[in-house]
Amino acid sequence: MWVLLAVAVVVVGFALRLNAMLVVTVAGVVAGLIAHLSPLRIVEAFGTGFAGSRSVTVFVVVLPVIGLVERYGLQHQARRLIGRLAGLTAGRLLAAYLLVRQLTAALGLTAVGGPAQAVRPIVAPMTEAAAERVHGPLPERAREKVRSYAASADTVGLFFGEDIFVAVGSILLITGFVDTTYGLKLDALQIALWAIPSAVIALVVHGTRMLWLDRVLGRWVAAERPEPAPAGEVAR
Amino acid sequence: MIKVEWVYWLVAAVFLVVAVLRLSDRSDPKRLGSAAFWAVLAFTFVYGTYVVAKTAPPVIEGVAVLVLVVLAALGFPGRGSTDTTTDEQRVGLAERFGNRLFVPALVIPVVAVLFGAVLAKVSLGGRPLLEPKSETIIGLGAAALVGVAVALAIFRPRSVVVPFREGDRLLGHIGWAAILPQFLATLGLLFTTAGVGDAVGRVTHAVLPDGQRLLAVVVYCLGMAVFTIVMGNAFAAFPVMTAAIGWPVLVQQYHGNPPAVFAIGMLAGFCGTLVTPMAANFNLVPAALLELKDQYGPIKAQLPTAVPLWVGTTAVMALAAFPR
Repeated sequence: MWVLLAVAVVVVGFALRLNAMLVVTVAGVVAGLIAHLSPLRIVEAFGTGFAGSRSVTVFVVVLPVIGLVERYGLQHQARRLIGRLAGLTAGRLLAAYLLVRQLTAALGLTAVGGPAQAVRPIVAPMTEAAAERVHGPLPERAREKVRSYAASADTVGLFFGEDIFVAVGSILLITGFVDTTYGLKLDALQIALWAIPSAVIALVVHGTRMLWLDRVLGRWVAAERPEPAPAGEVAR
Repeated sequence: MIKVEWVYWLVAAVFLVVAVLRLSDRSDPKRLGSAAFWAVLAFTFVYGTYVVAKTAPPVIEGVAVLVLVVLAALGFPGRGSTDTTTDEQRVGLAERFGNRLFVPALVIPVVAVLFGAVLAKVSLGGRPLLEPKSETIIGLGAAALVGVAVALAIFRPRSVVVPFREGDRLLGHIGWAAILPQFLATLGLLFTTAGVGDAVGRVTHAVLPDGQRLLAVVVYCLGMAVFTIVMGNAFAAFPVMTAAIGWPVLVQQYHGNPPAVFAIGMLAGFCGTLVTPMAANFNLVPAALLELKDQYGPIKAQLPTAVPLWVGTTAVMALAAFPR
């Protein structure tokens, strides 16, 4: 039961906003010591764990390409392109991206989006451009919100799309774990079908919130804009 | 066969180039520590090949990882160079290149999907062309190479170092958060070894009364979400909660439909992934990549969706997963 102390270290560390790398290391050491691992074994566990988890850092290989297209004006071009599409608002664009991300993920095309490959170079600048076309220059708070929403459309779309595809990691984990542990023979397709209700709820809830973004931005921009001076004042 | 380890060496090469760029930037007061951080990281990516293959002692990788932690705690890597084109220059460049600017960015998903969906099925002489289970990662590595080549062909910058300088600029924004997801995965492994899962399972057993199907459903789904928030990973929560409640209570006692119970349980866990900083690659890294001041911005954008989505998902299980 003491091993839950390590969980507490993580929670408290994140709550106090301490350096996350340090928090994680301390939690790992605490967990290891409570489990009576020797210091050598703990260091080894860090090594094997880090080596075995390298796949999550592979996204950095696309950064040179993304940086290069930014250098040559990708964001500006995204803005110009959006400028020509009348009727396209930030909310509608993100709701559409959410739908596309869910559908492609459901077909197994999970690599189509992603924060490094799609959100930073294309989705976020286009959404900002669409918001600016409707509302004018965005205050800092609104810009942050637009970018956060762009990231969320990508993540929600991926999570609640990919489980409809039978060959994805989580379904393999479910069948693998359950079949070996309890001797069942689960059909991956059955599991995939049961992911559809949540996918629909995710699309409706998150899509509605994306569309709602337009109203929120309108309110925020109006609040930040200085009151126009009364006509009499200007005349004098 | 194309091996996933080649991609990790490619990642190491990127880190090494960034380390050299940092070291040669005399205007950067943090250049030594920053260069050391990226160089050690490059080392762990290459040496990790042999750790995974069990042909090299993991303790050396572990020490290198702890060196990274010390450097991160001391404030390295620094932001480095932010030198790039100015806004005015970019307006002109955008005019000149037009929609060709999208080509390198769109090449990445196209190539990645080509590898993941098409080449993954190709065999040469009875052996798969791509290392099984790593097709997407190999695809991403190949996509990055093709992307750089296409971008260089279109833009023809003065030197081939330019894309790496730009990569250095982006990595500078992200800093040590770039490897935080990998770090948290490591922690998950240590937690599992230390028996955190078993402890949570015992606690759940102690608080769950008998004879309440709806309550059992709620506890299973809530446990999946909460444990996912703590571990940052629904995959880690699933075996624990399923062994504690999903199988013995929901399936065996109440005759729940196994595919429905397990699929929906996993999705209840995904609702937790949306709101936890422990899922750094989905929540903290995007914040760094998009240069947000509030690193919890994406989590705040996802929380109001995660809660009703969890309620709906739990309701689907309660209503549809059991015989009437």
